[in-house]
Formats: sequence, structure tokens, C-alpha cells
Amino acid sequence: MQRDIEIAELRRLTQYIDDNFDYDFKNYAMSSFTRRVRRVIELYKFTSVEALIKKFKNDPAFFQEFVSEITVNVTEMFRDPTFWSSLRDEIIPEVIKEHRKISIWHAGCSSGEEVISMCILLKELNCLESATIVATDIDQSIINKAKKASFSSKNMELNKQNYERYGGKHDFLSYFVEDNGFFYIKPELIERVSFRVQDLVKGNPFSKFDLILCRNVMIYFNQTLQNEVLKKLHGSLFKYGNLAIGSKESLIWCDIANKFVVVNNEEKIYKKIKD
Amino acid sequence: MKSSFFHNKYKGIVIGGSAGSFKPITKLLADLPKDFPIPIFLCLHRLKHVRHGFIEALSIKSSKPIFEPLDKELVRPGMVYLAPANYHLCIELGNTVSLSTEGLINNSRPAIDLTFKTAAYVYKEKLIGILFSGANKDGALGMKAIKDKGGVTIIQDPEESMMNTMPQSAKQVTEIDFCLEAEKITNFLLDLYKAYQK
Repeated sequence: MQRDIEIAELRRLTQYIDDNFDYDFKNYAMSSFTRRVRRVIELYKFTSVEALIKKFKNDPAFFQEFVSEITVNVTEMFRDPTFWSSLRDEIIPEVIKEHRKISIWHAGCSSGEEVISMCILLKELNCLESATIVATDIDQSIINKAKKASFSSKNMELNKQNYERYGGKHDFLSYFVEDNGFFYIKPELIERVSFRVQDLVKGNPFSKFDLILCRNVMIYFNQTLQNEVLKKLHGSLFKYGNLAIGSKESLIWCDIANKFVVVNNEEKIYKKIKD
Repeated sequence: MKSSFFHNKYKGIVIGGSAGSFKPITKLLADLPKDFPIPIFLCLHRLKHVRHGFIEALSIKSSKPIFEPLDKELVRPGMVYLAPANYHLCIELGNTVSLSTEGLINNSRPAIDLTFKTAAYVYKEKLIGILFSGANKDGALGMKAIKDKGGVTIIQDPEESMMNTMPQSAKQVTEIDFCLEAEKITNFLLDLYKAYQK
């Protein structure tokens, strides 16, 4: 499809999805959502947005594939190494000191690289046993992938580099079992993690946490939706709980920004100070 | 030069470059007056894990403040925005920028094609695209998008470019309005500046 996708076409698509599948993409950020839709159209060789909608009508099961393709699943272990060292040196020890335990939610966990980073970090802090970890994503197939926790050796190089930049002192690869060019995380490292499907847009708060990681997730939402989702994250934090967003995201323009204070501006870690 | 290009209706300038572009772009920024009114978006290939130092290096001689924008930041006149390491930089309807962690494009994140294409979609004929030296073809399709929407396309003269693949590739896929040495690109923008003073 050569021509630009028009806004009216996108509206028809998101309305159809909302009416028929109970997912709401209406407030996803326009330019990235358009690119993702175009990608699906090209990948499956549809001729137009209308043809995609027609496919949903004839084959509703295709919708799950669509969700997998529409979401961005680019992630790394220990992405932004200084963010992870700040969790290790400041944020997590403070919570453990105060409560002797910690509950963590990875909101939009994708294929689980950050969950694994967290488990390794906690293990090295000797507090993995004190942690409860929930990892959620909108996409069932990526949750399955995260549970499987296998990584190609190609990606492991970058992960290892990040781990070293983070100041990791152990043999990084010793946390994995190699099999046929793939690295599997040792099961005891992630046995405390509960992986589940959850949609930040339609889902409601389901528990309270000391720390929520939602990094580079809300950049795919427009400001209206960022506001709504931030309210849900706020509602899912204990008072004085911590929220980490992507290094180039900001809460400044959100309605409830005043219910948080900045803990680390460079790494975009915030603390909830008001209910 | 054709005078029809010198008007005061431009909404943005996008600049792309890779290997060999740092020096001419630093020089360009140094030579622009502090109150140069058109927002500039820089998309330069850079090391993904080095978050610091790049802005500082670019800013040393520049009288204009250079920022890595935050996601959904409002575009303001006269500012210079640099695509952050490991993020794509896009221009959105409503005159804001957005960032994205979508996959590499042309083996790059930030990708010049993406910044240029999204800017072309939003600013149409009120956009100038400038492509400097570089060793791959990122930016070529972005320049095509700019031309297709009626914007102005400028490349650094491949003869002068340290690596000519980038400007050359743009030339192969679309019409280039100006093929100029780096210094003349600066002069072009200074002439434009005069048009805004009137």
C-alpha cells in the first residue's frame, strides 16, 4: 500500500476493534500506531485498512496475531545500565530496609528482559526471596515467550555488555543454561514471577506495589491515555512507592504529576507522595 | 539561487547525518544566529549506549540551546532538538515530538528516514530536509518523502562529504533542490534568516 493511511480509516479500524474485541487503541499515539498498522498491512499483503477490517470479520482469531504485531517488543536486559544501578544502590535497598520485603510490577513486560534483569539484580542483593513480582503484557504470545525465557546468542552479547556497564560482578552467562544456540534463564531465578495478560488501557488496578516499572510503554499512547494510565499506576502503588518510566518520558504534563516527586530525574524514577 | 525558496513560512528543518557529519553540523550550528527562528531537528547516528557527551560536544560552539526532547514535548520556535540515543524521533500532528523504541531501521535507531518522513507528513511544503555525509543510505527515503510532500531537499555535495553514500543515495531516489558544500548550506540558512527578519 503506497498512499498514506488516513485518519478516518484509522478511526474506523479502532472503532471496529473496540466494538468487537474489547481492546481500545483509539488513544494510541497517532504516528507510531499508524506505522504499526501499515506494517501489518504490508506483512499480510492487505490492500487497505478496509481489507484488514474485513479479515477480522471473516477470521476473528486473526485479531490476536494483530495484537502481537501492533505492539512494540524491542527490549534489552539492563537497558540503560545506570537506571539499574540506581535501583540496586538506592531504590530497592530503601524499600527492603523499611519493609523487609518488596512487591514489583513490570507493566508492559514484553518478552521479559527487564523481568530477568530484576531477578538477577535481586539475587545479587540477596533479596530475591523477599520479592513478589508480577509481569504483565497486553499480548498473550509475548507473555508465553517471556515465560519460556530463552534468548538467542546474538542478543546475549548486548545483554552481557549492558550487565557489565551496570557494574555486575558475576559471570553473567552463569545465570543461563545454553542449549543449541539459545540461552535459557535458570528456572529458580524466575520462579517467583507471576506472568499474566493484562491490558493497561482496559484493565483496572489489581494489587498494590512498592515499585512499578513501566518503561517506554506510555510513549505509544497519546496524552489523554497517558493521563488515564498514570492514574491506574498511581492507584497501584503504595504511598511512597516508586514508579520508573523510560529515560525520555516525563510526568510533567500529566494531571496528577503533583502526586509524585522526582527521586532521580536522570533515570526518571518517581515516588508517590499523595493518595 | 531561486528566490522562491526564500520565504518565512517554514515550520521546521530536519538535518540528518552519520560518519563525517559531526564536524560540518557543529560548524553549521555555530554559525546560526541565536534567534534563528525555525525549529531544527537533528537526527544523527550515534552510539546507543552513550547517553551523555554528545549534546555537550555539539553545543560547545553553538549559540543556540540544543535539547534531547522528552516524549510528547511541544515544539517551540528557535529550538534545536537532537534525537536521543537509542530512540527514534518523530514529529507529530499538533506540533509535538514523540519518541519510539520500535526496531532498527536501516540498522539505525534513531533512524533519519523516520524523523524525515514524520516531519514531511506534518509540515509538508513548509519543511527543509538537509542530509550530510554518511556511510549508509538512511535518510534517502526520508528525503523522497519530503520532496513528495513539496518540501525543500538539500544535500551536502558528495564531492565534499567525507562519506558520500548518504547524500548520493538521496540523489538516486529523489529530486534534490540544492547540492551544496557545507559552508553554502549555512549561507542558505542565513539568507533564509534574513527573510524572517523582514
